[in-house]
Amino acid sequence: MDYIALQLFNGLVNGSFYALLSLGLAVIFGVLRVVNFAHGALYMLGAFAAYLLLQDFGVGFWPALVLAPIGIGIAGMILERLLIRRLYGLDPLYNFLLTFGLTLMIQDGVRLRYGLQGQPYPAPAELAGSISAGLVAYPTYRLFVIAFSIVVCVAVWYLIERTRVGMIVRAATERPELTRALGINVDRWVTPVFGFGVALAALGGVLAAPMRNVSPLMGSELIIFAFAVVVIGGMGSIAGAVVAGFLVGVLASLAAIFNPALENVVAFALMAIVLLVRPAGLFGSLEARS
Amino acid sequence: MKRTIAGSLVALLLAAACGGGTGGAPSGGTAKLTDGKLVIAVINDQSGVYADLSGKNAVEAVKMAVEDFKAKYGDNALGGSVEVLTADHQNKADVAQQKAQEFYERSNADLILDVPTSSAALAIADVAKTQQKLYINVAAATTDLTGKSCNKYTFHYAYDTYMLAQGTGITVTQQGGKSWYIIYPNYAFGQDMEKSFRQAVIAAGGTVIQSDGSPFPNTTGDFSSLLLKAGQLKPQVLGAMQAGGDLVNVVKQYNEFKLKDQNIKLAVGLLFDTDITALGQDALAGTVYTTPWLWNMDEQSKTFADKFLKRTGIRPTFAHAGNYSAAWQYMEAIRRAGSDEADAVVKQLEGYKFSDFFIRNGFVRPEDHWVQHDALIAQVKPKSESKETFDYSKVVSTIAAEKASRPLAEAGCSMPK
Repeated sequence: MDYIALQLFNGLVNGSFYALLSLGLAVIFGVLRVVNFAHGALYMLGAFAAYLLLQDFGVGFWPALVLAPIGIGIAGMILERLLIRRLYGLDPLYNFLLTFGLTLMIQDGVRLRYGLQGQPYPAPAELAGSISAGLVAYPTYRLFVIAFSIVVCVAVWYLIERTRVGMIVRAATERPELTRALGINVDRWVTPVFGFGVALAALGGVLAAPMRNVSPLMGSELIIFAFAVVVIGGMGSIAGAVVAGFLVGVLASLAAIFNPALENVVAFALMAIVLLVRPAGLFGSLEARS
Repeated sequence: MKRTIAGSLVALLLAAACGGGTGGAPSGGTAKLTDGKLVIAVINDQSGVYADLSGKNAVEAVKMAVEDFKAKYGDNALGGSVEVLTADHQNKADVAQQKAQEFYERSNADLILDVPTSSAALAIADVAKTQQKLYINVAAATTDLTGKSCNKYTFHYAYDTYMLAQGTGITVTQQGGKSWYIIYPNYAFGQDMEKSFRQAVIAAGGTVIQSDGSPFPNTTGDFSSLLLKAGQLKPQVLGAMQAGGDLVNVVKQYNEFKLKDQNIKLAVGLLFDTDITALGQDALAGTVYTTPWLWNMDEQSKTFADKFLKRTGIRPTFAHAGNYSAAWQYMEAIRRAGSDEADAVVKQLEGYKFSDFFIRNGFVRPEDHWVQHDALIAQVKPKSESKETFDYSKVVSTIAAEKASRPLAEAGCSMPK
């Protein structure tokens, strides 16, 4: 029983990362209609930014948790202004290719400089211990990751559902032309929204650094799952991304109890089922997909 | 028209005669190269999980060996130029096979070197067999290279899963780690490691409570379910057979779950210096592991490591050093044979006894082409004890060559003559 309970926590930890990544993807897709394939690479850059801040400037985990997302977010905004913006008028496939190309360039750039094997990054001293839970100890840092991502997800939800900025973004998501007609400058919000989504990815990267191997390929492996999560939750749906993220994490971990190999399959099996039963995703509406 | 054809014919004949004249007279130990040049092809992973431990720097090591060989024996030591080619097999058996075919057939490669990733390594062994060209594997671990996939043209040079299990499996069990829980990546290498370690642990008087395969490649980088299971099973030793980036994730999460505090010791199947760099030395301090070579084990190894550092910016892993040594011994064999003709070189290698900076008490077993040599039991030092960057480990003891090698009776190789 203990084992299953702890495995549930592991699922929530993995789910936290899926939720943060797909949340960013969903926000970007919702407003820009861009499937940002570079999301995984930007997540990786977040982890590397944390590593470099510690290595070269002695800046620890807590400041990095703020600085890295801001830095990578700004880099994301520059990317949007310079490149992604130019392809809005074309088939969405072009931006897909562009962001995929960017992924390869970012990954290989980091690889050239730091190699593939990865870099060390310790957990912050305050969270390095573990909390006793029955028979087994559970790492404090993992509990922090779960709590922190839930807070971030709720905050993002509040921002989008309950504030004026969120209202504009939502309106722009669902009826961009109508929103424009009401005199709201939709385009002004495009760049910050992209930067915001990217910052969420970078935040996930910083959170992952103490737990995972900080290597150039860490994001390319995770991004596929994040896409599956977005599809399960419903393209562009904020709540869907979060719920599906945690759901996939927990189900995958529970499946791993029976057979470790199942862990990688669950997300895609779930995606197939959801697409059959509810093609728009758990929380999606068909209009948001157009 | 006729005249020009005749003219070129004459020119060709003349050229052939001249070529035969210079190349054909072996004077002063110069070998005869079948096509006027020697081609060594290095096939390995240059973009994936094993790119750091061998990869491009292994190619550099082979180039260093060629340059040093020329410096020692003169530019024309082998009676022609030496070319080093390279390809990325992306850890895929089919890509490896196709590249090997291409190198042997179209580029006239005389030797294929390195080839990490056991599945890819075995695929090339088959190509070497049908092409009747040499293949010296350095970076793959599977014992099948000298077992059921053995053949006349394939040699296994640096290490195998048997050596790792004999070293780490037996040492750790004898030190009191009697009950084991083994986790392994579920593909050729991991399955072979699991088998070898299971045998070694049982032979040393221990038991294997359970073993579990983890998906390979592990896309999520998450091993927590297996580590939690370890916490449940309460073995004395957690045997992690993962390699490269996967191993880094296992160790990170082993430390995170504080399994050490629950008296579950970590034993690592295969450890490269590049893994220690990725984890930070202290995350692994005290870990005992088996390796064929360490860059700081003695003076002649250090001399090589210094040269390598100057050229590449890092200290060599044993795969880098092994590639240098294998290329060198291959060229020595050509000198002894006086030819690069594959059968003649095989004849020179079989039964050959030698030692160099990498291989100690080396002996090329003619029966299965395993290059038998001493292995080391090493231990990762805490950072406070290391004197410079990359000074990670110290030698605890040496395993004699015969003990580190799988007995011939177990190999199951029937070598065609």
